[in-house]
Amino acid sequence: MEAIINMALLTLLGVVTLAIVVQRSLLSVVILTSIYSFLMASVMIVLDAVDVAMTEASVGAAVSTVLLLGALYLTKSREETPRRSRALPLLLSLAVGAMLVWGTLVLPPFGTADTPIHQHVAPRYINDVMGEVGIPNIVTAILADYRGFDTLGETTVIFVAGIGVLLLLGGLRRQDPEEGTPEDPS
Amino acid sequence: MQAFLAFADHYSYVITILLMVGGLYIVVSRSNMVKKLVGLSIFQTSVYLLYLEPAKIVGGTAPILAPDFTVYSNPLPHVLILTAIVVGVGTLALGLALVVRIHEAYGTIDDDEIKPQDGG
Repeated sequence: MEAIINMALLTLLGVVTLAIVVQRSLLSVVILTSIYSFLMASVMIVLDAVDVAMTEASVGAAVSTVLLLGALYLTKSREETPRRSRALPLLLSLAVGAMLVWGTLVLPPFGTADTPIHQHVAPRYINDVMGEVGIPNIVTAILADYRGFDTLGETTVIFVAGIGVLLLLGGLRRQDPEEGTPEDPS
Repeated sequence: MQAFLAFADHYSYVITILLMVGGLYIVVSRSNMVKKLVGLSIFQTSVYLLYLEPAKIVGGTAPILAPDFTVYSNPLPHVLILTAIVVGVGTLALGLALVVRIHEAYGTIDDDEIKPQDGG
């Protein structure tokens, strides 16, 4: 049953992706991206990744959509018809896809418990987390304790991205009233 | 029937690759920068699936310890992907800020219209 729900949701994800590829109106693309993130969060629930699903629903479906809508408000919302040939990108993508399919042929089937990924470090986390950290949510325990430096790096990246956005957009507003026109790029 | 079951077992990988290739195609073939960033985030989310699909055990439960359950899905990919999602929105925000800045400077967000303005 889990496998069937998973397959249905994955099919919807594939359809939404194809719709994003062919859609020319950028507003529709943003809305489809929001649907895509919501479907992705649903897939994550089916895959028992509840913490990831919550993050994807709030960050992917909500914050990303707001950011994209803000960017569209400040720029243009219509994509021009492409002038260059599409044959080469299509060929490149299909070649990459064929190689990836070939590479995944030997991977273990969906949902089996005796695969290498479940033998190595995961049992140690599951068995020892209660004694070592004392939090029943294993994902939180790994995120904040075992891989705490990883999370510190992540917050640093977000901090730097925030500074970058403020520098890029904040400087612009200060220049505008004095000069009247945007700064000459050359 | 045998072939169908084999296909169903690997269906998640096929869709993951479809999303990846779709994102790659958008990034390479489209000249609009907002569309390029959307393609980039689709490419990124396909990697989430690549990590999370093998972590699942059919009949298992979410990795939160409870006395009634013994089989849990693998928690490590969940942690890695949590980090990846948050970093992904950071890069998207920075990219969109650059696009807005480019629009202020060039009056367009289309790659093909910027190159002539730079004399290239």
